[in-house]
Amino acid sequence: MTGIELRSLRKTYSGNDVLHGLDLTVTPGEFLVLLGPSGCGKSTLMRMIAGLEAVTTGDILIDGRRVNDIEPRARGCAMVFQNYALYPHMSVSQNIGYALKVAGVPKAERQARISAVAGSLALTDFLDRKPSQLSGGQRQRVAMGRAMIRSPRVFLYDEPLSNLDAKLRVAMRLEIRRLHQKLGTTTVFVTHDQVEAMTLADRIVVMNAGRIEQVGTPSEVYQHPQSTFVAEFIGAPGMGLVDAIADPKRGVLCLGDGQEVRFDAARWPDLPHGAVRLGLRAEEIGITAHPSAHTVMARVELIENIGPHRHAHLSLSGCNLIAQVPNDFALQSGAQVAIGFDMAALQLFDPATGRRHAGQNVPLAERIAATV
Amino acid sequence: MIERTPVFDAIVQVLLVLSFVALLLPFWVVLVAASHDFHTVNQVPMPLLPGRHLFENLATAWEKGNFSRVMVNSLIVAIAVTAGKIALAAISAFAIVYFDFRLKKLAFWAIFITLMLPLEVRIVPTYSVAADVLAPFEAILNLTGLSVDLPQWSLLNSYSGLVLPLVATATGTFLYRQFFMTVPDELAEAARMDGSGPLRFFWDILLPLSRANMIALATIMFVFAWNQYLWPLLIITDQANFATATMQLQKVVPNGVWGEPPVWNTAMAANLIVLFPPVLVTLLLQRWFVRGLISAEK
Repeated sequence: MTGIELRSLRKTYSGNDVLHGLDLTVTPGEFLVLLGPSGCGKSTLMRMIAGLEAVTTGDILIDGRRVNDIEPRARGCAMVFQNYALYPHMSVSQNIGYALKVAGVPKAERQARISAVAGSLALTDFLDRKPSQLSGGQRQRVAMGRAMIRSPRVFLYDEPLSNLDAKLRVAMRLEIRRLHQKLGTTTVFVTHDQVEAMTLADRIVVMNAGRIEQVGTPSEVYQHPQSTFVAEFIGAPGMGLVDAIADPKRGVLCLGDGQEVRFDAARWPDLPHGAVRLGLRAEEIGITAHPSAHTVMARVELIENIGPHRHAHLSLSGCNLIAQVPNDFALQSGAQVAIGFDMAALQLFDPATGRRHAGQNVPLAERIAATV
Repeated sequence: MIERTPVFDAIVQVLLVLSFVALLLPFWVVLVAASHDFHTVNQVPMPLLPGRHLFENLATAWEKGNFSRVMVNSLIVAIAVTAGKIALAAISAFAIVYFDFRLKKLAFWAIFITLMLPLEVRIVPTYSVAADVLAPFEAILNLTGLSVDLPQWSLLNSYSGLVLPLVATATGTFLYRQFFMTVPDELAEAARMDGSGPLRFFWDILLPLSRANMIALATIMFVFAWNQYLWPLLIITDQANFATATMQLQKVVPNGVWGEPPVWNTAMAANLIVLFPPVLVTLLLQRWFVRGLISAEK
């Protein structure tokens, strides 16, 4: 089992910083997902681990050994590319076996290993085909076979599912997860799709603009986003954010339009009087037919039917929120409705820095607002 | 823009047929002239239908032009030039596309600009270098104050003289560069991850992928090398041993006796002989030729 360690890793392209000194440890056998919007540096980071990009400053350690100046082939990493990068003129078996051929493995052993890998990926019937004669999913599996055959110490996946259609993507996701369970090889997986990240990862690294925003298990990242960026990026839909002024002495949050929401001030004993940003997920917002002291009024902008339930896009004091609404709840777009929050799940962020107010006490079990 | 006007279509068709006929007419005249005997061909007007002496004339021309020797020379030269051009073009384009070195841009443009300097333009300096290959180095060394006497190495009257000055090719390098730029970067990276070094990547991946490109280049370059006239004429004085097929044509035209009319039938038969190899190569390779020039294989 192989661990990877990054020490204040920086990457600069012609004077522009792409990665601003990252520290990260990938524990042996872990499935780590690098998640972020395009241009956040996640692919660059992976390519630096692979050895395809030079390191500007900082160190990369694989198994405790510094690999900055080591050729990709000697690092023991295998990579699955976004467009698969299969050799178009070679058959499937030649594609899978190319690394062994380069390494000078005798033909008999090569054949044996190719058929073993092909068997485990259900490619046995396609060994003589050219990549152009394969479907997207088959090409994807050939790319995985090419990585597997070297028995690498680390698997690197660079957005491998983004070229597949939705159904196949789910199937390949399972296959990748299954492969990891079987082999237990340390894996780094790059994606911009947060559903992929949530379903695959042991830990997610959320990146933004060349920095790591948060590292954590999928549920940590989902439930306790450390910044407004993570809050909005993770989840479908992302967390809704509402600007307010916190008045801890009175225990209320004053919204921009004058409405007030009571909150559990004891949870954040150090919270100063001033601007905060409330974070609430769709399932933590309830629309009620009965306005009360614990609800605020919002306007329904749009209703989206998801299937199991609906999403109501709300406008609350000029900020956009999404609430999850049961299908049988009568709702008109354009209507003014009363909404209540699940106060135990409420997150507060500092609007200036975007960081979360951690708070010191667990939320009260008592629900302040009426929920659906 | 696609026009669908019947009248316009008809005009275009007629124009095409006319140009085709105009294009083929000289070849027809060659064929007809090569198939008549000496007297018929010198009639005025010359007959426009083929006669019965084609093979006879071919045999005479073959004999007279020493073609059993010079065809071999031409083949050697054309194949060597073609192979050399492809190898050099592929390697230099590989360097330009896949390696980052200082003066890379300059190197590319220096190669590119030689498109404007065909052999005919630089024939005098090329000749003087061919006559004494080491002379430029000697001159440079002498400039630095060292007075060295390098041995004389002449390429005149040799196969290397016929081949080497023609091997450098801007067209080929450019064609290969364009092709290499269409090869996805991920392929090179995948090869690196698979442990293959640059030369291995070049040999195992790039060359097989560039097959269509290579064949297109081979067709053009073979015809180009075969048709060389001025250069061999200039550097080959030992015509018995090193003459090329195109050079022989001038010897077949005149009659043996001064003042007699030229023997056009034999001359045209010789033309047919010389035409045959490039036409054959083009016919055999034309399927890939078009593909290679238009787009890379997917």
